[in-house]
Amino acid sequence: MAVTRDEVISWIKAYGQVITENKDYLTDLDSAIGDADHGANMHRGFLAVLAKLPAVEDKDIGTIFKTVGMALISTVGGAAGPLYGTFFIQAGTKLNGKMDLTLADWTAALDAGITGVVNIGKANVGDKTMVDALTPAIQALNGATGQELSMSDALKKSAKAAEEGMKGTIPLLAHKGRASYLGERSIGHQDPGATSSFLLLDTAANVWVNN
Amino acid sequence: MKKLINKPEDVVLEELKGIEKAHPDLVKIHYAPDYIIRADAPVKGKVALISGGGSGHEPMHGGFVGMGMLDAACPGAVFTSPTPDQMLEATKAVDGGAGVLHIVKNYTGDVMNFQMAADMAKEEGIDVEAVVVDDDVAVKDSLWTAGRRGVGLTVLMEKLVGAAAEEKRPLKEIANLARKINGQGRSMGMALTSCTTPSAGKPTFDLPEDEMEIGVGIHGEPGRTRTKLQTADQITETLMKAIVDDLPFMSGDKVLLFVNGMGGTPLIELYIVYRKAVEIAEKAGLKVVRNLIGPYITSLEMAGTSITLLKMDDDLIKLWDAPVKTAGMRWGI
Repeated sequence: MAVTRDEVISWIKAYGQVITENKDYLTDLDSAIGDADHGANMHRGFLAVLAKLPAVEDKDIGTIFKTVGMALISTVGGAAGPLYGTFFIQAGTKLNGKMDLTLADWTAALDAGITGVVNIGKANVGDKTMVDALTPAIQALNGATGQELSMSDALKKSAKAAEEGMKGTIPLLAHKGRASYLGERSIGHQDPGATSSFLLLDTAANVWVNN
Repeated sequence: MKKLINKPEDVVLEELKGIEKAHPDLVKIHYAPDYIIRADAPVKGKVALISGGGSGHEPMHGGFVGMGMLDAACPGAVFTSPTPDQMLEATKAVDGGAGVLHIVKNYTGDVMNFQMAADMAKEEGIDVEAVVVDDDVAVKDSLWTAGRRGVGLTVLMEKLVGAAAEEKRPLKEIANLARKINGQGRSMGMALTSCTTPSAGKPTFDLPEDEMEIGVGIHGEPGRTRTKLQTADQITETLMKAIVDDLPFMSGDKVLLFVNGMGGTPLIELYIVYRKAVEIAEKAGLKVVRNLIGPYITSLEMAGTSITLLKMDDDLIKLWDAPVKTAGMRWGI
């Protein structure tokens, strides 16, 4: 079964709630290896997203994604603003005119979003960034396409892969962003960007569970 | 957290309101998107200079908007890069027809947001150049980091390039001057205490009473090493050695020596550091021809200092001495 447009909106709203609940957690992770603002910045961004959603609730999913991306770019700042903004805008380019999402649509959108993030952030897997959570997630989805999995099972697999990728950032030496200034001292801490990315995919798996 | 604030989320907005009331002769403030521009902007036929970054580094950048320095500053949330829409609107507001130079400190977020803004401004037909400042020798410049941070040299660049823009030098020449300054200036900082961002409400890192952090940036991000507290002279030696070793400095070079306060260190201590830094510079054969001492690029209430050395020549000395009239730096008028 496909995910409806209303379920897409429910996912974005639910993620806004998850960010609010995890605001201090994300900021604590960022205090250890960054500059202690990831939680506050994502929170500010998703408050702006929630304010913009009513105006596009009756539009296609591509428009909704692009609206989310623009709201994030113009309110989050830091690196997370352009990165998450680009993620939604690029993912949205694969969803133009769509009123629901099949597993193939979601896989294509996620792939485009991640490609956008890699292009502007220039991070590779293993650099201790959000790419470490996102890349295993898309790999899991690609693997699931041939296996006749239900959408909810595929989403669960991708969220699980993102979680493992997120946890896998703990022993890594940061090569990008402010954490890279710490050198060896970045080792032993979970990356805040990988954490917010895992939460995004985990929320999708939880909200779209009946598909 | 003990701070003179009302609500954490209102800090930047209320600061801007204060600046607006304090300096109507120097600047105008635009809200949503937030930016500060010269009161007489756009200045026809002059290259416009824009910088920006997270708030919490005052007087940089908003305090450097005015005659002889910046045409606009874009303040982000505390320690967070501003957004492309702020930079784009500021770019359009100050373009006097001679093009716009973006002065960008080398942080992942700042570089990405300014890049997006420059791309959008170019699409609208504005001639934009960007210069990235990366003078912090505490960070190893390698493929494996985000590269050196932009710190104290940013202040000097904004003054020098601002003076060159007042002379109506063309955009390409001004951008090249900024790149030249970046190539011959180096900085390093240290912290005696951490700082507390209003939204986090607690210190960004724990630093015991008898320890210090060497090689800090300007966002409370921990430095590269932590050691037992030392005397001002020992600390100055550590910072100066790292800078002088890194710089393409030669005996006989003229330099500008900038001793910056991180926000929580009084001038009395900065002069103690300056005294030792001059002694070390002279021992290395460098001639300190100009100086700047005080809190110009701060990290909220962090105690500590950073030292910047910039190699000078006759042109740079002339530009440094040129008149400047901003809230944070003012002479020659």
